[in-house]
Amino acid sequence: MATIDLASAPTQGAAGGQLVASAAFLRRRAITGAVVRVFLFLAAALSVFITAAIVYILVYDSILFFQKVSIVDFLTDTEWTPVFEKPRFGIITLVSGTLMTTLIGLVVAMPAGTILSIYLSEFAGHRTREIIKPILELLAGVPTVAFGYFALFFLTPLFQIFIPNLSGFNLLVPGIVIGIMILPYIVSVAEDAMRAVPDPLREGAFALGFTRFQTAIRVVIPGAFSGVTAAYLLGMSRAVGETMVVAIAAGQQATLAYNPLEGAATITAYIVQISLGDLPHNSLAYLTIFAAGLTLFLMTLVFNLIAFWLRKKYREVY
Amino acid sequence: MDALTIEKAVAAPVDEPLRASVIDLSFHYGEKQALFDVNFPIHDRKVTALIGPSGCGKSTLLRAFNRMHDLYPGNRYQGEVILYPEQINIVSPAVDPMLVRLKIGMVFQKPNPFPKSIYENVAAGLWVRGIRKKSLVDDRVEFALTQAALWDEVKDRMRSSAYGLSGGQQQRLCIARALAPAPEMLLLDEPTSALDPIATARIEELIMELAPTVKIMIVTHNMQQAARISNYTAFMHLGRMVEFDVTTNIFTSPKERKTQDYITGRFG
Ligand SMILES: Nc1ncnc2c1ncn2[C@@H]1O[C@H](COP(=O)(O)OP(=O)(O)O)[C@@H](O)[C@H]1O
Ligand SMILES: [Mg+2]
Repeated sequence: MATIDLASAPTQGAAGGQLVASAAFLRRRAITGAVVRVFLFLAAALSVFITAAIVYILVYDSILFFQKVSIVDFLTDTEWTPVFEKPRFGIITLVSGTLMTTLIGLVVAMPAGTILSIYLSEFAGHRTREIIKPILELLAGVPTVAFGYFALFFLTPLFQIFIPNLSGFNLLVPGIVIGIMILPYIVSVAEDAMRAVPDPLREGAFALGFTRFQTAIRVVIPGAFSGVTAAYLLGMSRAVGETMVVAIAAGQQATLAYNPLEGAATITAYIVQISLGDLPHNSLAYLTIFAAGLTLFLMTLVFNLIAFWLRKKYREVY
Repeated sequence: MDALTIEKAVAAPVDEPLRASVIDLSFHYGEKQALFDVNFPIHDRKVTALIGPSGCGKSTLLRAFNRMHDLYPGNRYQGEVILYPEQINIVSPAVDPMLVRLKIGMVFQKPNPFPKSIYENVAAGLWVRGIRKKSLVDDRVEFALTQAALWDEVKDRMRSSAYGLSGGQQQRLCIARALAPAPEMLLLDEPTSALDPIATARIEELIMELAPTVKIMIVTHNMQQAARISNYTAFMHLGRMVEFDVTTNIFTSPKERKTQDYITGRFG
């Protein structure tokens, strides 16, 4: 809706003392409204267009790729050696690396994020919250490269003291660091959702004799279910897409990742690695970028659909 | 009104024991004082109504009984709310609010069922009191729902969400939730204000039926409802207790001018 420009709004008629809207005023309002609408539409259209363009490029180049490599090989082969003389394209290797680091990240971030959100929303006083939240936001602002080197040069040697057979490049430490990185996102969304649970619901629980903790677990979290799910999902999407930490600290060896103490490559780590090299465009190895990118896109899409379905199923109406 | 007049007012029908006495109770929301030296008695197994214009402190007074104000920082009680026969002051900081709440059930102005199934809602108060034995819980849930006149409507959908119920059903569910642990005291804060006339009538009936089984029952209400369902009525104005008496006296021969003005609709 357009706002009324006070300066050009009609003033009180001298005779009647009533507000009279002139035709010119109404026309100006209609024009402002139309301009704003067009502008907003273009902004919305641009974001849709960009998404569509990305998907188009991914799909188009992937089709070129799959004309030369069979989809069955792509899904079932257990080797990933696109630049070898006899190239093999088993995406499972990269997918397993991605899933492993994501899983480790979530194992760290989901419990920690949930506990921290409960603490901030249900226990912490105003003061404490005002101190902790900016610190968390700061954590979200640290460049991922810094996290990568933190994992490689600080945490891995530290962990090697306790786990002697931990490789210098491994999936465990980057996974944990990813967990730390996505923590602020999870907390931010989950805490908002918990605080949006109406107070009368909490009072109902307290009136029955619930403690604060019981109220949080049995009333607030079920009440904030969709928001908490959204928080986990956001964290998961970021973990799946995280690039620098794994590229730096997990090594870039594309092997089937089943042992978190060994290094491996993830989809994203592979994409930066190959993009930085000087491969001729339209070579088969170059096209793997798009096939791998499409795989990543589809994985994220599936996660989103699952969360969408969960939210619909458990949607709370107050 | 001083303590002396209260005693006089109560002297007439006193063949029933006192269950609680509010003595010089004052209350502050931070800097703002909301209750000023409130005094009144609460009789055994009778419905006590709190009436008065909006903002006079009815909810504030009611919520002192289960220490609801303790949930928010900066709130302060002064004075006493003595429970008989234990003779404990339930607003004393030395008394654990959690223990107080375990004796008391509360029903709120707007229905506030938990985002859970109908069964889980009613069983919640049992669970928190450590009552977990399935057969016992089932019995108590059915009994409470029957008391709240809701059993027949929900017995085939106990596992479905409480949010699928209508507003009136949700409020009766909240009453069942409060009744399931068999509380000594039941507090109802304008329990029908969000409901239609039919649902209101059912809940009013229910309150009168429950009176003999619950030792203490305090309801905040609009005037007409108080006249219909309560045995005793306390009229409040600007955080003070103006008059307390048997309900019929309040409505037919109030002693205070302000009460009369309110009853006759001159303000409020
Ligand atoms: N949380 C609060 N903080 C500060 N003042 C409050 C709060 N709740 C109620 N009050 C004030 O206390 C007074 C009594 O309110 P309340 O007990 O809700 O009245 P009633 O239930 O009779 O309508 C009102 O003046 C109200 O503005
Ligand atoms: Mg009120």
